[in-house]
Amino acid sequence: MAPVLELRNLVKHYPAHRAVDGVSLAVPRGRFYSLVGPSGCGKTTTLRLVAGFEPPTSGEVLLNGECVNHRRPYERSVSTVFQNYALFPHLTVWGNVEFGLRRRGAKDIEKRVGQALELVQLTGKEGRYPAQLSGGERQRVALARSLVLEPDVLLLDEPLAALDPNLRKQMRAELKALQRSTGATFLFVTHDQEEALSLSDQVAVMNLGRIEQSGAPEEVYLRPRTRFVAGFLGSLNWIGGIGLRPEATRLMRSAPGDGMRSARATVVESVFLGNCIQVRARLETGEEAVAELPRHNGSFASGEAVHLCWNPPDEIHFP
Amino acid sequence: MNRLRFWFLAPARLWMALLFAAPLAIVAAYSLLTRGAYGGLGAPWTLENYRRLWDPLYAAIVGRSILMAGAATAICLVLAFPLALFMTRAGPRKNLYLQLVILPFWTSFLVRTYAWQFLLRDTGLINSLLQGFGLIDGPLPLLYNYGTVLLGLVYSYLPFMVLPIYAALERMDHTLVEAAADLGARPWATLTRVLVPLSAPGLWAGSVLVFIPCLGAYLTPDLLGGGRTVLLGNLVQNQFTTARDWPFGAAVSLAVMAAVIALVVLLPRRRSGELL
Repeated sequence: MAPVLELRNLVKHYPAHRAVDGVSLAVPRGRFYSLVGPSGCGKTTTLRLVAGFEPPTSGEVLLNGECVNHRRPYERSVSTVFQNYALFPHLTVWGNVEFGLRRRGAKDIEKRVGQALELVQLTGKEGRYPAQLSGGERQRVALARSLVLEPDVLLLDEPLAALDPNLRKQMRAELKALQRSTGATFLFVTHDQEEALSLSDQVAVMNLGRIEQSGAPEEVYLRPRTRFVAGFLGSLNWIGGIGLRPEATRLMRSAPGDGMRSARATVVESVFLGNCIQVRARLETGEEAVAELPRHNGSFASGEAVHLCWNPPDEIHFP
Repeated sequence: MNRLRFWFLAPARLWMALLFAAPLAIVAAYSLLTRGAYGGLGAPWTLENYRRLWDPLYAAIVGRSILMAGAATAICLVLAFPLALFMTRAGPRKNLYLQLVILPFWTSFLVRTYAWQFLLRDTGLINSLLQGFGLIDGPLPLLYNYGTVLLGLVYSYLPFMVLPIYAALERMDHTLVEAAADLGARPWATLTRVLVPLSAPGLWAGSVLVFIPCLGAYLTPDLLGGGRTVLLGNLVQNQFTTARDWPFGAAVSLAVMAAVIALVVLLPRRRSGELL
């Protein structure tokens, strides 16, 4: 099936820097697609180019196979959930959600707004103004306001960043459920790798205006193609030129059996993290490695001689 | 604590009492007295001065003044809104534009009004140039009519409209404009549904700041309207000078003041979002 959104070699240069430097991607309909990267990597600018707030320097934005470069934001079948939600302060919840439908001269406005509010569990708060809502409720209004238009692609610009940590976890789950139940296509921008990995069908890791790697979350996490991708998505040990995730690193008091590789090491320190024990060890080569061990593995004392071991399939190699 | 408060407020209270309340009381008293034979003030106390306001001659002046102030306010609104919007989006040059709007205040209002005379009179700059280029045969009657007075009023009070609207738009989150476009609002809809409602407090403040001084304007109609235009401000001035009818002049002043207070206080303040 043809992708609903496609970017072809998209470039956005500002006088001082290249915000987006040749981004190509294809988002299939109904998928949760994430752009993840450090701040300033060009992910938000990419989203703004798709929304049409800024014209690209070169390259193409295609919606349903049609180039929409020349179309204004109000002529594009995408809708944005802004980081600060950008709710209209002078309109009620109802007024905010019906805003887009009114502008587009839609029919059944009453019914559709009602359904959208029900979807985000805001029924009964129609008459409130944004200032009278909690952070989570505001975000739901922003989601309803965009989803009610049934856009081809919903663009989400770090929508969870403004929420406090507990609420963020809860909204993360709701966001995923919402995407599943509506079947909408989400293009989700975040700097939080955990968010990107846990929510997405497909992840694109961005750095310096380019996509370094894209693929399923497992693929980019377990088989990163560059050191940047490997390091951005999780911490990494470097042992003799290969990469190893801390959770794939084991410590043993005696040499491991067949099939495992190992290196001699000395425990530097051991830290209790609640869900696991994190042990830092120094190899004979002088390299340091961190192992995240289940609690039942017991504790290791500083200075203790150990074997640092791993399964060969867990090794991460870079070309 | 209360003692400190008393002494802190004392200078302002004294100032207001001596220079505001007392003169106002005197004007109020004048308005209830009768004009003397030679222009002085005398008994008996009467409401006659207020009754005369309904005389068609004066009612016409009141109507004309309201129309004039209303027109000046409307023109200022139309000119100031786009200007204020432009200024809020000017980025680093924002402050420069702000200074330019305030710049006219650095010279005397009187001098600026005379400058308009210099530009518009029969032998003024505009007429001289047009005649010099052979575009017109005789001078155009640019001065001493209601149009010129309106021009002068708009020119003088435009900054009072620009600044509050600018302040209101500046406070607004610019993402809201993007959000409106994103939701399908064309520029006109963004203007009427988002920008205007959200700057309504500024529009209202600017309108009050322009309308009130325009209603009582005296200098501009006098200098740019010549003797041919008579507005409320000139009517009051005439009563205190040539007509030597202080009681009536006082009554006109107070009536205008009462009308303005009624307008500002009693006009229903609607929720900003319901302006349109």
